[in-house]
Amino acid sequence: MQVDPRALRFSAALTTVVLALVLVTGSAWLLAAQAVVFALSLFGASPYGMIFKGIVKSPPSELEDAAPPRFAQAVGLVFALAGLVGYVTQITPLALGATAAALFAAFLNAAFGFCLGCEMFLIIRRIFPAAN
Amino acid sequence: MLSCSVTGLAVVLVTLAVATLVGVIVRRRNGVPRDVGGDVERLTTGDLGAPLGERATLVQFSSAFCQPCRATRRILSEVTAMVPGVAHLEIDAESRLDLVRSLNIMRTPTVLILDASGRVVKRASGQPRKADVIGALGLAVGE
Repeated sequence: MQVDPRALRFSAALTTVVLALVLVTGSAWLLAAQAVVFALSLFGASPYGMIFKGIVKSPPSELEDAAPPRFAQAVGLVFALAGLVGYVTQITPLALGATAAALFAAFLNAAFGFCLGCEMFLIIRRIFPAAN
Repeated sequence: MLSCSVTGLAVVLVTLAVATLVGVIVRRRNGVPRDVGGDVERLTTGDLGAPLGERATLVQFSSAFCQPCRATRRILSEVTAMVPGVAHLEIDAESRLDLVRSLNIMRTPTVLILDASGRVVKRASGQPRKADVIGALGLAVGE
């Protein structure tokens, strides 16, 4: 499975905006919506990617393997869910901390093309070698 | 509802500022071959599961969820085709966690540049530039 890297950057930029809005407004609903987007992206049905396809019609100059960004979406989903638990239970440090972590990774991806979620793979494997 | 709009805005600004700083540092350091600090490691054919190159060896650690690994593989293949006596070995980090731990590898791709005896001369984490690999190889072959 291959993906357009421009769509990935676009999705990361949109994710950055949404997560920043979550932090500013404190809206658990908006974070829940972002969590749904992460979950859908995990199964290759990224709503942000579809918006990109609707706007940009030119073909990409190169394609990328879909597995690394999907893994990163899973990491994003974990942080979004943790943040959601924080907002719903009003544990403010958890709400802000987890959402900020997701914002941090989304911004690095959007602005620098650096996939922090992908980098987590080897570190997670080093800690849990048998987790197959 | 949480009333954290001012706190939330501060968190956004601090997060973006730190992320920008980290992004600039990562971009600057990414893929640059560096001297190996501390104890000098020596890898054998037994460690690697494949013979060392006659003059030098490029050892690439890759993983399944690694976007720049494919481009790194292409760059290292081009270099080995150019410089005689240099071998390119690719190791799946997940299946060799023993080596990953003993060499303290945190990222993929990580490229180790070994001299003829298997001594780790330089190490690059992140996708290296071709010219940097050639430069580091010169050092490995010249010694």
